Amino acid sequence: MYSCINHIAIKGISACVPRQIKKTMDYDWITEDERKLFIKSTGVEERRVASLNAITSDYCEKATNHLLSKLNWEKESIDVLIFVSQSMDYYLPATSAILQHKLGFKKEIIAFDINLGCSGYNYGLYVIANLLASGNLKRGILLTGDTSTLSTNYKDKSTYPLFGDAGSATALEFDTDAKPIYFNLFTDGSGYKSIIVEDGGARNQFSEKSFIEHKISEGIERCSKNLVLDGIEVFNFALKEVASSIIQLFNDSKLNINDIDYFVFHQANKLINESVRKKCRIAPEKTPYSIHKFGNTSSASIPLTMIYQLKDQLEKKSLNLLLSGFGVGYSWGNCIIQTNKIVCTDILEIE
Amino acid sequence: MDILEFSAKLESEFEDLEKGSVTPATEFRNLPGWSSMHALIIIAFIDLNFDVILNSTELKEAKTVNDLYYLATKKNV
Repeated sequence: MYSCINHIAIKGISACVPRQIKKTMDYDWITEDERKLFIKSTGVEERRVASLNAITSDYCEKATNHLLSKLNWEKESIDVLIFVSQSMDYYLPATSAILQHKLGFKKEIIAFDINLGCSGYNYGLYVIANLLASGNLKRGILLTGDTSTLSTNYKDKSTYPLFGDAGSATALEFDTDAKPIYFNLFTDGSGYKSIIVEDGGARNQFSEKSFIEHKISEGIERCSKNLVLDGIEVFNFALKEVASSIIQLFNDSKLNINDIDYFVFHQANKLINESVRKKCRIAPEKTPYSIHKFGNTSSASIPLTMIYQLKDQLEKKSLNLLLSGFGVGYSWGNCIIQTNKIVCTDILEIE
Repeated sequence: MDILEFSAKLESEFEDLEKGSVTPATEFRNLPGWSSMHALIIIAFIDLNFDVILNSTELKEAKTVNDLYYLATKKNV
């Protein structure tokens, strides 16, 4: 699906992570050589891990308050609030409703959740941009992030050392001076089992069996309430679909690779991201990374990488960015967006 | 890329291997330090150099470096 949306501008971004740092070299479930290989292949040297005190919506709440304050936006001016996550506060109600209340936003607001992971930032941007594009609604806040470490098992070397926790807030506004945003978005549910938490939804409700650990293979033990990640299948999906979808967006938008200042990829793992980068013939200096410091932070990884690596430039000049998110679902999508001296907070921390 | 160059390049993808330790007959899962992460490294190597994506079944059935070369090139050596 290709689409071009006019008159929408990103005005600011913010991100918040837990203060607790876990270093890959301290992960004693695997040998020291395996830790080194893991760091070399995935890029993850350390990541932020939630304490018991705070989860995704708390990171997003803090990021939003800080961002609104830096933007000097009145809370009453927010017309749309979207929370994109796969670690909602409760089975129900929607976390966006809880956040509307906690943030002190007005009642005349459209607020809802979107259940997506690694592709979530692009999907969220698309949905909020469409809602604002008519001009009837002026301002929106897009919140993205996950607390993936709550569902990983320490004894699963394929997931535990990879994921970090984070939340982000992006402020968008109807702006007739804004350049068009070009999107393409895709879904292929045939790969739904490749990244999955099997128990805890309506289909497989929690039971005693959900907590029984099984040995899957060497270094991988988990139970059915834990996150499953089939590395080879996910890698194949990314190689098949992501680079070609980026090239397709260039073809559809009549833009080309030289028009882009930076390609901000979802921080899946370094091996995947570097493969996509090389397939698209993108220069390494145009692809910023945050995975070495924060791990794979799901739908927060794109805004987190923007702040971590591009804060100064985002604040001081106009940038053409290609944002690419891909993963669980499978779900993936890209957008080309021009930012123009936006507000960036520092990366905030929470206990 | 012939099979010898393929073997040498694959060898350099693995860390800390003695020069010449990867030959066409090498059973790659028996290489010292083999881990499941190397499967991803092999997929990335073959995709980058041959534009061929190995699926998990193909990879599971492959035993030797020669098998990988065949999957990458569809050439018997």
